[in-house]
Amino acid sequence: MKKLFALFIAILAASPLAQAEELQVAVASNFTEPMKAIAAEFEKDTGHEVQLSFGATGKFYAQIKNGAPYHMLLSADDTTPAKLELEGLAIPGTRTTYAIGTLVLWSAKAGLVDSEAAVLAKGEFTHLAIANPRLAPYGAAALETLDSLGRTAELRLKLVYGENIAQTYQFVSSGNAELGFVALSQIIQQGHIENGSAWIVPDHFHAPIRQDAVILASGRGKPAAEALLRYLKTPKAAVIIQSFGYKL
Amino acid sequence: MPDQSNLAAILLTLKLASVVTVLLLLIGTAIAWWLTQTRSRLKTVVEAVVALPIVLPPTVIGFYLLITMGPNGPIGKLTTALGLGTLPFTFTGLVIASIIYSLPFVVQPIQNAFAAVEPRLIEAAATLRAHPWDRFTSIVLPLARPGFITAAVLGFAHTVGEFGVVLMVGGNIPGQTRVVSIQLYDHVEALEYGQAHELALALIGFSFVTLLVLYSFNRRIVSINP
Repeated sequence: MKKLFALFIAILAASPLAQAEELQVAVASNFTEPMKAIAAEFEKDTGHEVQLSFGATGKFYAQIKNGAPYHMLLSADDTTPAKLELEGLAIPGTRTTYAIGTLVLWSAKAGLVDSEAAVLAKGEFTHLAIANPRLAPYGAAALETLDSLGRTAELRLKLVYGENIAQTYQFVSSGNAELGFVALSQIIQQGHIENGSAWIVPDHFHAPIRQDAVILASGRGKPAAEALLRYLKTPKAAVIIQSFGYKL
Repeated sequence: MPDQSNLAAILLTLKLASVVTVLLLLIGTAIAWWLTQTRSRLKTVVEAVVALPIVLPPTVIGFYLLITMGPNGPIGKLTTALGLGTLPFTFTGLVIASIIYSLPFVVQPIQNAFAAVEPRLIEAAATLRAHPWDRFTSIVLPLARPGFITAAVLGFAHTVGEFGVVLMVGGNIPGQTRVVSIQLYDHVEALEYGQAHELALALIGFSFVTLLVLYSFNRRIVSINP
């Protein structure tokens, strides 16, 4: 019995669970699927526990400013982490770009969106969904793309706004908006676009959607937070991130 | 002075709440009257269905409305077949969503008022050969007046305060579906706290005055008819 007990203690001591920490991570909606996969791997490899919250970056910013207990933010842009750092709410020197987002014009209907986005010029649809450009970087990029195409004025009245990129996806996938600008990561499965029709917006139509991560003030002195930040840069994580259509 | 977009949101909200209240008083009266008169076993089922929006999170209602009113849902297919298009992202869509959402707040006070009407009065009128419609309009409706006022005020106020359902089916379109609560949410998200306060304080003031008027009115009624 004593031996068994000693063995038990030895196992407990050797397992990474001994120093396991719990992390609260705020994650931009568009990075939901890849982050679930990365967090699962990270938990397996390190024994730390990761609690993920998904939402709009703007909302997280407001919450963090008002004392939300997140240890880390995976933002949908690069300005929010910079602002947080400037305001002393994030730890200087921890900002890093973990992914570059890809915008896509998508319809749940096959054949509606063509590879040249001529569908926008024809305008034979009632609703075009975009994320709220005031709040969501993908929404701002969508508006920039419409500007580059010179279609903003004529399509303005057809725009419907999702609160974040997740709701924008919901509007399009339910068919209530015939098409919309969403994140490639939302419609891609193992490197393929599974449903409907899509136009992957070329890079030069909008400023790159640089998505930065940062350790927040409440994550100070938490080794798990640093470990997760490093983990996002490992080849293992890179494979996952790229499989969802992000660039690095 | 409120800024332009806040003003537009306020006007839209008042328009929505007015349309919804008028329609709800008609629909609510019919449902409430049926509920007070019927001996059907369906009564409790209908009562439970009417009360559902009180307990369900608005997001549940909004989510299912988005799906059923969408092009692949039963309501969406019907409206498309009728040439009306689909309802989400439209003012009409919001009206329908709000009617469902505020239904119990209108039906229940009217039903209670109807139930409180002394049946003997109606029977007496019947012996004097008043036909049913006459009995309803000249006895039941006047006696149930406090219930109607409560119903109208609550229906209106509850529609003004609606958020989750509109967020799910509205699409945040200025002048169409961007009501006060959505506009307020937008301001908060965009960290425009100044404009957010403007709307939030206006809403608190409005709600307080509404309830104050309602309660003082109800008190007056009680003291007139103790």
